[in-house]
Amino acid sequence: MSVLLAFTAAVLATVGTYLILQRILSRIIIGLGLLGHAANIVLLTSGRRGRPPIIGSGAEAAFADPLPQAFVLTAIVITFAVSALLLALAYRSVLLTADDVVADDVEDRLIAREGAYDEELDEGAA
Amino acid sequence: MATNALVALPIAVPIAGASLAILAGRSRPVQRTIALTSLAVVAVVGILLLIEVDRHGPVALHVGGWAAPIGVTLVADRLAAVLVVVASAVLLAVAVYAIGQPGAERNHVGFQPVYLVLAAGVSASFLTADLFNLFVAFEMMLMASYVLITLGGRLEQVRAGMTYVVISLLASALFLTALGFVYATTGTVDLADLSVRIAGLSPGLRQGLASLLLVVFGIKAGLFPLFSWLPDAYPTAPSPVTAVFAGLLTKVGVYAIIRTQTMLFPGDSPTTLLLVAAGATMLTGVLGAIAQGDVRRILSFQIISHIGSMVMGLALFTVAGLAGAIFYLVHHIVAKTGLFLVAGLIEHVGGSTRLTRLGGLVRTHPAIAVLFAVPALSLAGMPPFSGFVAKLALVDAGFAAGQDAIVWVSLAAAALTIYSLVKVWSAVFWSPAEGETASAPVAPDAPDTAAGVARRPPPLMIAPAAAMAVLSIAIAVGAAPLYRFSERAAENLLRMQPYLEVVGP
Repeated sequence: MSVLLAFTAAVLATVGTYLILQRILSRIIIGLGLLGHAANIVLLTSGRRGRPPIIGSGAEAAFADPLPQAFVLTAIVITFAVSALLLALAYRSVLLTADDVVADDVEDRLIAREGAYDEELDEGAA
Repeated sequence: MATNALVALPIAVPIAGASLAILAGRSRPVQRTIALTSLAVVAVVGILLLIEVDRHGPVALHVGGWAAPIGVTLVADRLAAVLVVVASAVLLAVAVYAIGQPGAERNHVGFQPVYLVLAAGVSASFLTADLFNLFVAFEMMLMASYVLITLGGRLEQVRAGMTYVVISLLASALFLTALGFVYATTGTVDLADLSVRIAGLSPGLRQGLASLLLVVFGIKAGLFPLFSWLPDAYPTAPSPVTAVFAGLLTKVGVYAIIRTQTMLFPGDSPTTLLLVAAGATMLTGVLGAIAQGDVRRILSFQIISHIGSMVMGLALFTVAGLAGAIFYLVHHIVAKTGLFLVAGLIEHVGGSTRLTRLGGLVRTHPAIAVLFAVPALSLAGMPPFSGFVAKLALVDAGFAAGQDAIVWVSLAAAALTIYSLVKVWSAVFWSPAEGETASAPVAPDAPDTAAGVARRPPPLMIAPAAAMAVLSIAIAVGAAPLYRFSERAAENLLRMQPYLEVVGP
């Protein structure tokens, strides 16, 4: 069981990482969602699991650890809210640029150009 | 008993204020009153906490009466208390500045509530004694920061904000994974409990966890290979927002690094890695600053450089090094916020923050020049100012610990910082104003008065920038007691017995 969950988390993290490295916003957002799922699975498997939740009383080992479950619930709510915000941002970006691609930093381009070697200019000087 | 309850107030008051401010959305004056009052209350509570903690040791609050490993615990020790005080002072000043500035705050109903949530998140990050609550506090703060950084929704902001959100989310996913590993290996996320149980793990496991947490907080702090999002995201936000981000948010990351590395991994922290990262952070940050042609981007790159200085203090793992780092933290929050507020003033009067479009401000707006000069000299580490004491403390600690190489790197970075600030100073304040060079024989009075009077900044923008300059000078004047306090705080970090006792079993 544990191996299967570990494998699932690994696959989710792999696919998520691949998607995050794309330049298309919607893919990045899906990638982040998958990475979040991978983290949640890791978190969920960190305590005692595969047993009934706390009902009535009994030995501690008979119940699933409720703490990781509480963590994961909190994390899911947070991821949900942030994903909604990201989608809104992506939508705004599409409205403004009519494109779904991550844009370049203009300032970075300007500074990179300053250091570029200009062949024509050099020949003119010589 | 009464002091216990104080610990919750820096988080509870801004949250309550944020809810009220949403309800009062129709009336901007009511929203402003609520925001300023809550932040002022936090500042007062912070000062009371600081006095109490410095006299009688750390104060803990078990929220809801649940004991430590199960319940939510809040602890104020010296480091947390002093940071709450400085953070609330900065937040208050920036709130006033935002009210004075035409723009973000006036146009958006959401500014004040979101700003208060940010304040609560920052306080919660400092005060929490639980790794998972640290995650929640970070998310609270980041959620508010996502909204603030894209407030206005201009194309430039959406682009930079997107990068910022994606990188932060990636860090959060890593943080969650790290939490999963920590809980799986130790069965607890309570910091006090963890510090005992982590010692029982195998060295490899401890180092792995230490490195994973370092990467997570390194992304938030802007440590060497992980800083690329920072100079891209910060300059595009409205200027009060940039000021509070620059002053506070990266420092929360540094605080988390200091807290987790000293408390959880006292013997296993990757010190050599930290030293190398600190040195590389200092140099790349300042070299990046020199290459830029925009005031805000220069200042943003400098943040990275100074984060390196603070991490250097931690990496020495001595009382003197940590004391230097804490002093640096306090000084840098104030000086950097001040500089970004002045950058906002420059934009207000000059219409731009690009170096090539500005000039001659020292003649038209001498007050702004003075307000820039004080925190700039302080940041550069000039002798009478607070930055000098902070840098001296770190240099001293570095030599004492026998780490000469990192000291020379930090001194080189300091010299380059001066150069990057001189670049701003000469382009913005001393160079001839635009147009002045083209038409040489200018009548001395006529154009000056017209432009100068029309663009005079509102007093509510000047006052907070002045307050930051005064606070920066106050840190320099009170350097001796503040440094002794930093030493006591550093001793607390390396000898945690009082912290563990107050949290309980």
